[in-house]
Amino acid sequence: MVEEQSLAPQQLLAAYRRLIARRVLIVSLLAVCCVAAFILDLVTGPSSLTPMQVIGGLIDPGTLSAPQAAIIWQVRLPYALAAILVGASLSLAGAEMQTILNNPLASPFTLGVSSAASFGAALGIVLGLSLPGVPADWVVPLNAFLCAFGSVLLLQAMSRMRGAGVETVVLFGIALVFAFNALVAFVQFMSSQEALQQLVFWSMGSLSRATWSNVYVMAAVLVAVVPFSMYAAGQLTALRLGEDRARSFGVNVGRLRFMSLLRVSILAATSVAFVGTIGFIGLVGPHIARLLLGEDHRFLLPASLLTGALIMSLASAASKALVPGVLLPVGIVTAIIGVPVFLVLIFKRSERV
Amino acid sequence: MTDQHSGLHIAHLSTGYRGRRVIDDLSLPPLRPGEVHSLLGPNAAGKSTLMRAIAGLQPASGEVRLNGRSLMGVSLAEHARHITYMPQTLPQGVALTVLETVIGALRASPIGDQALDTQSLALRAIAVLERIGIQGLAMRGLDQLSGGQRQLVSLAQALVREPEVLLLDEPISALDLHHQWRVMQLVHELSRERQMIVLMVLHDLQVAARWSDGVVLLADGKVAASGTAREAITPDVLADVYAVQARIEHCSAGSLQIMVDGIIRK
Repeated sequence: MVEEQSLAPQQLLAAYRRLIARRVLIVSLLAVCCVAAFILDLVTGPSSLTPMQVIGGLIDPGTLSAPQAAIIWQVRLPYALAAILVGASLSLAGAEMQTILNNPLASPFTLGVSSAASFGAALGIVLGLSLPGVPADWVVPLNAFLCAFGSVLLLQAMSRMRGAGVETVVLFGIALVFAFNALVAFVQFMSSQEALQQLVFWSMGSLSRATWSNVYVMAAVLVAVVPFSMYAAGQLTALRLGEDRARSFGVNVGRLRFMSLLRVSILAATSVAFVGTIGFIGLVGPHIARLLLGEDHRFLLPASLLTGALIMSLASAASKALVPGVLLPVGIVTAIIGVPVFLVLIFKRSERV
Repeated sequence: MTDQHSGLHIAHLSTGYRGRRVIDDLSLPPLRPGEVHSLLGPNAAGKSTLMRAIAGLQPASGEVRLNGRSLMGVSLAEHARHITYMPQTLPQGVALTVLETVIGALRASPIGDQALDTQSLALRAIAVLERIGIQGLAMRGLDQLSGGQRQLVSLAQALVREPEVLLLDEPISALDLHHQWRVMQLVHELSRERQMIVLMVLHDLQVAARWSDGVVLLADGKVAASGTAREAITPDVLADVYAVQARIEHCSAGSLQIMVDGIIRK
């Protein structure tokens, strides 16, 4: 039943080393692909700049005319950086959520975080509701952030309630999606034509809201969160072996879940606040990473981050190229690309079983 | 090891789930280092709950002492330094290789005082797989294994931490005769070698009798009988605990044979 071939410990150790080396290689390749996609995203666009002009202009801005420099430095570069950051944040958040909630369907989008952010934005756009003393430019993102964060706190509270299983949390998240969508619809119904248009555009998710200050904030959040995620990688891997088992191995699962959801809320809320709701990245990114290199979270987390960034970068390039002269909201493109990719993944999975 | 404090002492332990008491004021004879004990009893007698309470996975009142030190109220990480609990099942749909899961069990929390480097971790995990005889499965995905193979991997994850107290929840329920023997023999050897205390939930009374230094029969969260298998497993106790009519005989090799002739309808 068991014995297949006898392997000496040294051979097994070598095999394990090769496995690790392969995983490091895959993560590195993903990073290279991200850089390539980032450059592709940069050189794609409606203005008549050649790829060489764009790259030359980045290295030495003196080669460009003033309008060209403005296009590259104020539009293309912040958009492309935002694509990388949003993709990375949402996908990392999705990977952590899927592990701590033990559910392959968990993601910021499917559990109501994005819907809550939309509701916050709607309040800001339509009713002008906000905290006092907030600059006008920041009303919408701040509202979106607060609502998204609040929704995760609700999820948190659920997960910490005695006797609430993981399934309860997931169902509660789905309830949040419906509740917030209904609230957004209500606000839409009550709003003026002009506000409605703004709101619809916001809920589509678009990189065209990216500015340098947004990019700085998102980068700072990601850089601050990633070390904590990586520190928890060993415990997250142990959690995949079952909750009781992980706890018996010394993992304080309650605390792990709390800290992880906190990271998720910060990552997801920040992204959604700045670019609107972007579906499927948080769901599909981690799945692709898992298929590529398994669930040792020391590799799964960085790989999820990179696959998310890669898909988002490609989607951003596609959003500029699909309809010549028109910049499609990237949220539409990720959903259009995401759904078939997701279906392929599901069918591949059922074939393997 | 004649010190009266040595070993695992469980006294007046009570635990349960939301308003339902599963274990009520339960005390066990001391479990000494190097001994193997079996926890027996019908379904829903509270066996797993008792094990989880001892492992610190479940709030409980009463006393659990290991070598004189109380384990009540200490953190999971502190429990994990002394006690490892092997649950009945491994989750499905986990994309990890067998070796990765065993190394993962080591990486979850510090075991000794010194942190082990990657190579030492891997070698230690490989050694456990060899000892169980499943080194051939090391690079296979957990999801490609049969139920019995998964049970052996689950055991490897628990053994690799080299705990002072090993709690096994039905470690052989999915195994064939050969592997049942092999696992029982291994657990028995390791308990003697490492002076490890083993407490396991079993359903097969004969296997329990063959390999245990002591058995505890649990019914409705209370100890119905305890002691050596010969002392504790009697027709009266079996009638009482399992509601079966049974004969107990000793075969020519000396081992306990339990023959069930019928059930008692209460």
